[in-house]
Amino acid sequence: MSSFSVTEPSKRSKWFAGSLVILYAVITMIPLAWIMLTGFKSPADAISYPPKVLFEPTLEGYVNLFTTRTRQTDEFLAANPPETWYEDIVRQYDMVIAGPSKFGERFLNSVIIGFGSTFLSIFLGTLAAYAFSRFRIPLADDLLFFILSTRMMPPIAVAIPIFLMYRQLGLSDTHLGMILLYTAVNISLAVWLLKGFIDEIPREYEEAALIDGYTRFQAFYKVVLPQAATGIASTAIFCLIFAWNEYAFAVLLTSGTAQTAPPFIPTIIGVGGLDWPAVAAGATIFLLPVMIFTVALRKHLLRGITFGAVRK
Amino acid sequence: MAQIIIKNVRKEFGDFTAVKESSFTIEDGEFFMLLGPSGCGKTTTLRMIAGLELPTSGEIYLDGEEISQKPPSQRDIAFVFQMFALYPHMNVYKNLSYPLVSQGMKRAAVRDKVDEVAGILGIRDILKKPVGGLSGGDRQRVALGRAIVRDPKAFMMDEPLGALDAEFREHMSEELRALHDRMNATTVYVTHDQLEAMQMGDKIVVMNNAVVEQFGTPQEIYDKPATMFVADFIGSPSMNFLAFEGTVGEGAQSVEMNGQALGIPRQRQGATGSLVFGVRPEHVALSDSGTYRGEVLATEYLGTTQIITLDTPNGDLKARVPAGKKATVGETIGLGFDPATITLFDKNSGQALVSDLNHEVLSNG
Repeated sequence: MSSFSVTEPSKRSKWFAGSLVILYAVITMIPLAWIMLTGFKSPADAISYPPKVLFEPTLEGYVNLFTTRTRQTDEFLAANPPETWYEDIVRQYDMVIAGPSKFGERFLNSVIIGFGSTFLSIFLGTLAAYAFSRFRIPLADDLLFFILSTRMMPPIAVAIPIFLMYRQLGLSDTHLGMILLYTAVNISLAVWLLKGFIDEIPREYEEAALIDGYTRFQAFYKVVLPQAATGIASTAIFCLIFAWNEYAFAVLLTSGTAQTAPPFIPTIIGVGGLDWPAVAAGATIFLLPVMIFTVALRKHLLRGITFGAVRK
Repeated sequence: MAQIIIKNVRKEFGDFTAVKESSFTIEDGEFFMLLGPSGCGKTTTLRMIAGLELPTSGEIYLDGEEISQKPPSQRDIAFVFQMFALYPHMNVYKNLSYPLVSQGMKRAAVRDKVDEVAGILGIRDILKKPVGGLSGGDRQRVALGRAIVRDPKAFMMDEPLGALDAEFREHMSEELRALHDRMNATTVYVTHDQLEAMQMGDKIVVMNNAVVEQFGTPQEIYDKPATMFVADFIGSPSMNFLAFEGTVGEGAQSVEMNGQALGIPRQRQGATGSLVFGVRPEHVALSDSGTYRGEVLATEYLGTTQIITLDTPNGDLKARVPAGKKATVGETIGLGFDPATITLFDKNSGQALVSDLNHEVLSNG
C-alpha cells in the first residue's frame, strides 16, 4: 500500500472525488426522499409550511391511492364499525371504502406497454443492427442516417398527426397503439446502440460457428447474442426508462383502457383538491419497477456504458 | 482427407479484385503454404476454400466434388483463425465439443472424442477453464483442437502463429508440423513469413497483387524462381538483381555484362533489351582472379558466415561468404558466380527466362 504508483490516484484526489460523488448523490436524492416521505404524511402535514421533516407517519396516502371512498352519515358509520386497519384510517374523515381505485389497472398498463415496447424495440433493433453490422446493404449509411433522423426533433412535435392517424386506425387508447408508438421512438436508439455493440464482436466468432457446422441464424443466436448480452441489457434499460416515463403521448392518446400510470397519478383527487400523499405514494410505487430492473442489470449497464472504451 | 483443386478462381469485392484467375492443386495430405505480402489475396483464397467467401467465378474441387458455392457447414473443412476466435462465453470443453454437437453426436461419444483430442494436444487439465484466462499457447491448442476434433477433410489455417510471441512461435510451429505428420491431414496454411513457409511447407504458392506468382516445393521456389517478385520475396537476404542491357540467344551459356562474359545455365529462350541477372548471395564467391569486380560497401558478421555488400557496375550486390574471409570496406574485390544457379529475368515483365535450370518448374506453373 505504501508503494507509490503513477496511475493510482492520491489519497487526496480520491477523497475529493468521493466527496463530489456523495454531494451529487445527495442533491439528486433529495426530491426522491421528499416524495417517499410525503407518501407517508397526512394531507395536512404534506402541505404544512414550513415543511415538516419530523412527522407522524401514516399509510393514509397509500390507502387513498388504492381505494375510492364515500362519505356516510353518522348513523351508517355507527352501525358499521370498521373491520380492517385501512377502514380505520378512512373513518377519521367520516368515510367508508367504496371499492378499489384505478391505480392497479393503470400500473399494469404501464408494465404491459413499457415492457412490451422494450421487448419489441430490442427484438427488431437487434436484428436490424446485426444486418447493418454484417451484411452489405445498399445505401446502408443513408438508411442508418434516416433511422437516426427520426430522433432529430422531439417526438411530441408530431403529436397532432399521430393523434389523427391513431384515431383513424382505431389505435387510440389501445395497448397495441402505445407499444407501437414507443417502439417507433425507441427503435432508432436501439439500432444505433446495438450496432455499436455488435460491431465490436469480431466476425470470426460467427465464422467459426459457420465452419463448425451451424447455419447463419444458429451462429447469430448461439454466438452473437450471448456476446451482445451486455449491449442488449443496457439498451433495454434505456428503452424501458423512456417508455415507462413517457407522459405527453400518454396524456394525448390514452384516457381509459390503455392509460398508463404517469397521466393517472397527478389526477388523484382527495378531499378538497389534490391528495398529495396519495400522489407521492403513487410516484413511489411507480419508481420501483425501473429501479429493480436497473439494479438487476446494473453490472451490464456499467459495462455497457464503458463498452469499447477499453479493449482487452 | 482430400485433394483440393483450385481452378481459375477469381474474387471481386465491388471494384476491387482480391484474387485474379488462380489455379493450383493441393494434394491429399500435403502441408500447403499460401505465401505473400499482406493484401495479396492469400487469405481471401483460403476463405474461399473454406466457404467464408464465395468466388466471383471459377471452381473449387474437394475430393472431386465442386464446392465453390456451398455453405461452409456443408464442406467439412476446419478453419483455424488468426485470433483463434474461441467462443468467449464457453469453457474449453464446450469450445472443443461445439463442432460435434452441431452434428448431433451423442453425449458420451462427444466426451470421448474431446478427451482424445485434448490428450493429443496436452490440454486435458484445462478443459474446465473459461477460455478468457488462457495463455496464447493454450488458446492456440484449443483452436487447433476445435479444428481436429471432427476429423474434417482439410484444415485451413490463417496465420495461426501470428498472434504468438516470437519465442513461442517456433515451438508451436514444430508442434503444428508434428501434428500434421501424425494426422496426415491436408492442410492449407496462410502466412506472410517466408521462413515459416519454407520450414513447414511441402508445397508453397507465392501470391502477389491478387495473382499466383509461382507454385512448387520450397526448393523449387528458392532455387528456380519464376518471377523477380518470388526471387525477391524468398530468401534473406533476397536474390541479387544485376541489371544490364543486352541480348541472350537461345542455347547461350554465357551472358555479357559490363564487358565480362559470365556463365549461365543453357538458355531455352532468347531475349533482348533490359535484362536482369539473378544470383543468390550464397552463390557469389570472392576470388582474386575474378574479372567482374566490386567495391566493398559494408560487412555484416553473422557468426559462421558474413554478408558483404558490394557496389558493382550493375548495382548493389550482397554476397554470403564464410566468416573467415577478409574484406575491408573500400577495397575492390573480384567476384565469381556459380553458373548453374543463375536465373535471368526480363526486367519489364519480371518473368524468368526459360533455361536448363528452371524449364521443368516454369512449364508446370
